[in-house]
Amino acid sequence: MNLEAIKSEIEANVPGCRLELVANPSPSGQHSLLLDGEHAVAVATYLRDAAGLRFDFCSNVTGIDWPGKEVSQTATARKIVDGLEQEVEEVGTTAIPGYLDVVYHLYSVEKKHGPLVLRMRTQDRHSGVHLPSLTPVWRSAELQEREVFDLFGVFFEGHPDLRRLLMWPGFVDHPMLKDYVDPDDYEYEPTAHDVVLRRVNQHRSEAGGR
Amino acid sequence: MNIATVPPAPLDSEPVTEPSKEQLLEISMGPQHPSTHGVFRMKVVLDGERVVRLKPVFGYLHRNHEKIAESVTYLGSMPYTDRLDYMCSITNNWGYALAVEKLAGIEVPERAEYLRVICGELTRLQNHACLIGFLMQDMGSTGTPLMYAFREREKILDLFESLTGARMMCNYMRFGGCRVDLPAGWLDRAKKVIADFPRFLDEYERLLVSNEILMDRTQEVGVLSRELAVSAGISGPMARASGVDYDIRKVDHYSIYDRFTFRVPLGSHGDVYDRFMVRLLEMRESVGILQQATRAIPAGPIVDPKMKIRGFRPKPGEAYGRIESPKGELGFYLISDGSPNPYRYRVRPPSLINLTVLEDLCLGRNVADIVAILGSVDIVLGEVDR
Amino acid sequence: MEPRISGVDETLKNELSKQGILTTTLQELYNWGRTSSIWPLNFGLACCAIEMIATTMARYDLARFGAEVFRPSPRQADLMIVAGTVTKKMAPQVVRLYNQMPEPKYVISMGACAISGGPFKQGYNVLKGIDRYIPVDIYIAGCPPRPEALIDAFMELQKKIDAQQLTGENRPRHLSADQPSEFTVPRFGEHDLEPTRNPAIWKPPLVQIAQAGTDEFGSH
Repeated sequence: MNLEAIKSEIEANVPGCRLELVANPSPSGQHSLLLDGEHAVAVATYLRDAAGLRFDFCSNVTGIDWPGKEVSQTATARKIVDGLEQEVEEVGTTAIPGYLDVVYHLYSVEKKHGPLVLRMRTQDRHSGVHLPSLTPVWRSAELQEREVFDLFGVFFEGHPDLRRLLMWPGFVDHPMLKDYVDPDDYEYEPTAHDVVLRRVNQHRSEAGGR
Repeated sequence: MNIATVPPAPLDSEPVTEPSKEQLLEISMGPQHPSTHGVFRMKVVLDGERVVRLKPVFGYLHRNHEKIAESVTYLGSMPYTDRLDYMCSITNNWGYALAVEKLAGIEVPERAEYLRVICGELTRLQNHACLIGFLMQDMGSTGTPLMYAFREREKILDLFESLTGARMMCNYMRFGGCRVDLPAGWLDRAKKVIADFPRFLDEYERLLVSNEILMDRTQEVGVLSRELAVSAGISGPMARASGVDYDIRKVDHYSIYDRFTFRVPLGSHGDVYDRFMVRLLEMRESVGILQQATRAIPAGPIVDPKMKIRGFRPKPGEAYGRIESPKGELGFYLISDGSPNPYRYRVRPPSLINLTVLEDLCLGRNVADIVAILGSVDIVLGEVDR
Repeated sequence: MEPRISGVDETLKNELSKQGILTTTLQELYNWGRTSSIWPLNFGLACCAIEMIATTMARYDLARFGAEVFRPSPRQADLMIVAGTVTKKMAPQVVRLYNQMPEPKYVISMGACAISGGPFKQGYNVLKGIDRYIPVDIYIAGCPPRPEALIDAFMELQKKIDAQQLTGENRPRHLSADQPSEFTVPRFGEHDLEPTRNPAIWKPPLVQIAQAGTDEFGSH
């Protein structure tokens, strides 16, 4: 099952779609295809129905948080220092914006091949988090997309019933994001160590060092 | 009664319908109810006894296993996988070990593979036996099949305890093999347990298979069609009872299952009775695999000698590994960024995905059928909520 | 079995019983009846529930100790064995069930998760011990505790009930009018439960600060 061949087949049959191959450096060899939001449902429907592929079993839907980072670069520039033109190194930082990833693992029950890995990316992590839902194509995505909405905040358009799955309805945070701070109820720990010890000591120092 | 006139549930709100307008009754089954599947809640809207709408509520056992896994090392997550599907801890360990071995390209020696198969199939035996016992208890047979099942389970747990040190939370697999080798005399005891098991299965079948009440309550109840099963991602005995010929042991050729001859039982109706019968027949096939494996187990190392666990840092990348656990397809998706902790750790829970179709199976049936259908789906809340 | 507390002199009791006359006190009789027929509530949350079920099965029969029937309804149960992790989503229901049980009622906190959050302590959804909201009588350590440990805890509870005085300052809770038997049910807040604990029941214990001011390796 050659991913390049599948990619060209999809591009030939779903007009206008933009696919990108994302390589996977680990020994597992499971490379993935990055879909664009507009044509995702059409690509998914083609993958499910095409005679040679028949990916009718969506096994796993995962959300991933990639927070933004700042990368510093050094660049040399010619500048005038003390009346002489010299090469000076300047350090600049560029901010790479973060995004949320949704990964689909597909298998075929009819042809017994797989996995095919699809990815979709959001614009950013907080406000531009809309993605098309693939639940109309594969029913198994229904509960898993609800979980990605609950824990990461990705809003799936076209999902028949998008509610929180695991947390209670009044909860406002999205706990699996990397910058989530969990509520502070670490007042007492019988065998505290590492992170937990630091938080317990914070409580103790606030309470006057009992 | 036109089901289409019931309004759909709005986002994030509690009641499913307005009680003053319709003559419908909304009840909440759970989170504490006499069925032993754990803290699972279903909001059921009834018209008399018939189910009009059913919305499951999850999350009462959400212990954020995935978030904890990001702050501990790869091996540190292994005891947490025990607590996912707490009836079958060894197969959970196996799924995770397989995923990490795919991620880091680790080989497993032959004796370790045999040990994995033996322990995995013993787990499957006790899980299916207990499941049938729980299903019968939920349907009202107050304990007898469950007592028989737990009697056999205790024999298998004794084997696990002498091998791994714990009855339930075995923590037995390691990346590249198993944690500890067989103590003296274990294989003979195991062979005796396996040789006695078919007699228990005969007794169970004689008790249950032609039981009139069981047949009345389970045949043509909760019928799952083949197309819906595949589309909804149903896996394991629940899918095979609907005629889906997909057993990951045969499809993925993982471990050494290719060396053993065993059949995959398939159902044709997809009702609760078929799911019950498929599990009964799978137990017989597992006994066959165990007899072949215990005869052929070779000597050798039980863990890959090149594997170093201190400072284990797999190269950046990702991998998805899956096994045929007794409940269905248990998969682990791992993303590594080169550090000792995983960047993202995801469990693909068969119990949660098998519950996608719960409403479809229960619509139009009576309340009493909900219990039988839920029992036949075989859920464990530790896996549903993680 | 330890001798039960009785108001009658022991030698007199023995002499009378040789003549076929049984003497006892109302307290002993009352406690004996309650000790020998503790009916637990059918309340398993997670993995410890499976060990609880194994304790009621044929090998480690709990019915010998009086726990013959596990009642599904809290209105008919005396004992709540909190077996498994209590999550914040489940905590209000646990407290509600406890409130619905009639007095006298007891709680056994089974397993590390019910005692203090257990291995899932760093959880945003995990309640760090059920004793934050309801009073607990017996704690069982283990993950999961063996069935023998649950039987041992049951026997401890029986001894505790046996030792209860019906009159006087140390009366149990259900016999004194000013002690509450229902506790506030926490509500779901936006980030956490509100309140995070019930201050009347649980205060953070004063711990010997051997580790205050040390880093994670124990050095200053």
